[in-house]
Amino acid sequence: MSAQGTAPLLDVRGLSKRYTVGSVFAPGGRRVVQAVDDVSLCLWPGETLGLVGESGCGKSTLARCLVRLLDVSAGTLHFEGRDITHLGARAMRPLRPRLQMVFQDPYASLNPRRRVADLIAEPLRVHTSMGAAQRLARVEELGALVGLRPEQLQRWPHEFSGGQRQRIGIARALALNPRLIVADEPVSALDVSVQAQVINLFADLRERLGLTYLFIAHDLSVVRQVSTRTAVMYLGSIVETGPTDALYAAPAHPYTAALIAAVPRPQVPPVGAPRAAPVLQGDPPSPLDPPAGCRFHPRCPAATALCRITRPPLQDNGGGRAVACHHPLPPPA
Amino acid sequence: MPETPEVTPLLQVRKLRVSFDGPAGPLHAVDGVSFDVGAGEVLGVVGESGSGKSVTLLSVLGLLGHTHARVEGSVRFRGRELIGLPPRELQRLRGREIAMVFQDPMTALTPVHRVGAQIVEQLQAHGRWSRSAARARAIELLAAVGLPSPAAQFERYPHELSGGMRQRAVIAMALSCNPALLIADEPTTALDVTVQAQILELIHRLRSDFGSAVVLISHDMGVVAGLADRVLVMYAGRVVEQGSARELFDAAWHPYTWGLLGSIPPLAGPRPLRLPSIGGTPPALDALPPGCAFAPRCAAADARCQAPLPLLPPGAHATACVLTPAERGAARLRCLNGSAAP
Repeated sequence: MSAQGTAPLLDVRGLSKRYTVGSVFAPGGRRVVQAVDDVSLCLWPGETLGLVGESGCGKSTLARCLVRLLDVSAGTLHFEGRDITHLGARAMRPLRPRLQMVFQDPYASLNPRRRVADLIAEPLRVHTSMGAAQRLARVEELGALVGLRPEQLQRWPHEFSGGQRQRIGIARALALNPRLIVADEPVSALDVSVQAQVINLFADLRERLGLTYLFIAHDLSVVRQVSTRTAVMYLGSIVETGPTDALYAAPAHPYTAALIAAVPRPQVPPVGAPRAAPVLQGDPPSPLDPPAGCRFHPRCPAATALCRITRPPLQDNGGGRAVACHHPLPPPA
Repeated sequence: MPETPEVTPLLQVRKLRVSFDGPAGPLHAVDGVSFDVGAGEVLGVVGESGSGKSVTLLSVLGLLGHTHARVEGSVRFRGRELIGLPPRELQRLRGREIAMVFQDPMTALTPVHRVGAQIVEQLQAHGRWSRSAARARAIELLAAVGLPSPAAQFERYPHELSGGMRQRAVIAMALSCNPALLIADEPTTALDVTVQAQILELIHRLRSDFGSAVVLISHDMGVVAGLADRVLVMYAGRVVEQGSARELFDAAWHPYTWGLLGSIPPLAGPRPLRLPSIGGTPPALDALPPGCAFAPRCAAADARCQAPLPLLPPGAHATACVLTPAERGAARLRCLNGSAAP
């Protein structure tokens, strides 16, 4: 849980990331995409912040900005109290061991020509002065931590299933004893039965190693299971954050409510129950041409004239929650 | 669906077996699958990747490359045997009486032709339509699947549509000849949840408007629960459990089905400290265990699981598991609490 007395591990203020697309000669000319738009968030030691949103909302761009795989267009980024917003690659290197990332596609993120033991040992070779024997011992220790047997470590990535590859990716991220792991859709490429194993592994590792996660997923039920706090993103901005249980039990933003309602439940509705119509119509708008005012207003069932003109800021809503809406949903009586 | 044995079901699949040549002998991707689809019925087929759910339905349509796959058994559509039918006859059936919607709408549409022209082509391939009548019908279909300003969409290219709109266009195309059977293979897997809810609603509405039977293939138990009348659960090429949606989701009998349902994180209520999960991974087709293929991952497995399993006959709630009804309660707890060896 968040220990508010201590300093945040990662402190993000007003972070934006813009891309320029097209060219002056292309039809439409050069245009700017605001992929991440003025995002502020804090990650406290030991917590898991879940980040949900639909594809194209900027979740992955945000993740890559946070670990400085992408340069930031505006805003500041503090890790362990140190400003890392504009650190160069060389200056970032000593921080990298403590700030690791787990990627979505366990098929694309492992070099097929390297044995698993080499893949897991690579960060140790780059960042430490360990000898070969020491490295091997550490690799076996890491393998045991994520559930890989010692003899499996001498195999090649193609010999593993998706779930096991994701374990390899996690072992690699853990190799240097990180404090923060940014996991970008780590379970969405996996089958349901294997997905549950990997979710449990994330929970076990958090307990055993005292890790802090930023856990990104589009699956709302996965985020609910994993995170202590949840942030909902829409078109580049955070529209709602709060403690996970409270947020799911009583969403304040109409978008959060619609997202939760849209998840198909693995239950057959009772006989004669009316079929609930989908709450949201249409698709998320293009970030190339975001609507004026509240970016959600064209799809929002409760939009008013105010929403079409003025963009609501992310405001404190009590109980550690914040919502960016002019007409937040009332808490249930 | 009322069970009246004298009525011939729309689609009748019996002991379907699909084999591919492997380096060490044939691999059976589908092994002895039997099921019926009644007129206007929605059959859900669930299973993880590699369980044979797509191959089953592709072979029903004769869409597997026939030089590589050997298809045995019987597939009767309206009483007519499809296996061994000449490709030209199958071609006439596909698109007109049986239509298919795939996961990725972009691969089902040609990027170089307008959406409308592709629907017109489909209509003219299967019936006599004048150009203007086909155009009017295509616009009507685009409206029926809920695309805004259908006349404008008719003129657009696939890349100008969003993912959800493309999938609607593909469904419009599939419905163009009023097919008696629509096969939808993971139709919403590539879409966002809010768009997925819209497409599922569309499939639900079309079933009542067009009267088509639907076979819905999905790995997502939630998607199937909301639409299907009956459900098949597949594992390693076999049907391990079948029944009405209510039987299956309210009182499943097979440990694999328990695991599938149990490993979905809940959206409301208390969060479990650990999710029930199925240990291990699905077996490779060239290394299937003897007897029950699920036994190595099953917390309730015992010596009985080594014996070959009987194939499930089509019809009522049934499971390919040796557990007796009296044993199920305790076995279910064991499967959901203590996971099998990882």
